[in-house]
Amino acid sequence: MPDMEETIPIKDEYDIVTARSAGKTIASSTGFGLVDQTRISTAISELARNILRYAGTGTVYVRQVTADGRNGIEVVAGDQGPGIANLDLAMTDGHTTGGGLGAGLPGTKRLMDDFEIDTEVGRGTIVTTRKWVQ
Amino acid sequence: MQGAYEKIPVLKIGDFLITSIQVALHDRLALGLQDDILAKIQETNAKGLIIDVTAIDVLDSFITRILVEIAKMANIMGVKTVLVGMQPAIAITLVEFGMELTGIETALNLEKGLELLEKISQEEYGDI
Repeated sequence: MPDMEETIPIKDEYDIVTARSAGKTIASSTGFGLVDQTRISTAISELARNILRYAGTGTVYVRQVTADGRNGIEVVAGDQGPGIANLDLAMTDGHTTGGGLGAGLPGTKRLMDDFEIDTEVGRGTIVTTRKWVQ
Repeated sequence: MQGAYEKIPVLKIGDFLITSIQVALHDRLALGLQDDILAKIQETNAKGLIIDVTAIDVLDSFITRILVEIAKMANIMGVKTVLVGMQPAIAITLVEFGMELTGIETALNLEKGLELLEKISQEEYGDI
């Protein structure tokens, strides 16, 4: 059976709904229960929203992954926006520069198992996050 | 065009307004609901508002903020809001994520929400 994957271009608010629905479908097929499906689709929603809010456009890529005999889901949210100047601050609860709740990145990290950010001012941001079926 | 004619109904039952969100909420729809609710409050002199989220499967920070803002705005207009039907998976995710539903009453379901609103409005307006 081929692994499921989906690439969702993010350019307007409807794409956020598309991305999180795609994520939920893949999460469900991967074997995640309802609570994890909700955590994953919420994380995708936040990452897609960040793309829209800070970069304008970008891409959310969702795929099934396997490592050490475990099944999981990987979400890569990438954009060529302004990048994050102060990553420590961006990862602090309550901090926001975009009029959000300020829980976006740290909250998303809490919902997932693995969380990495690659960002460069003027170049863009790539957030890679994974969750594993327990 | 996607979403051009979408609208979430806001119904009046007795002294209360009830709205049940049955579709995937995108931003414009949520903002439209906010406007509709405030207009309906003014139009109907409602004393309370119930927002039913039973059918919602994801609440992200933006939509949560809109719901909290609707409750705040309704409160300024003298109307108490009760959010009902929160799914367990969403409650777990909201808490873990760190989203707070400050200033908004919640109840398990529509029936309990109506009871709570009755109680609140009796305290507020007196029995007769």
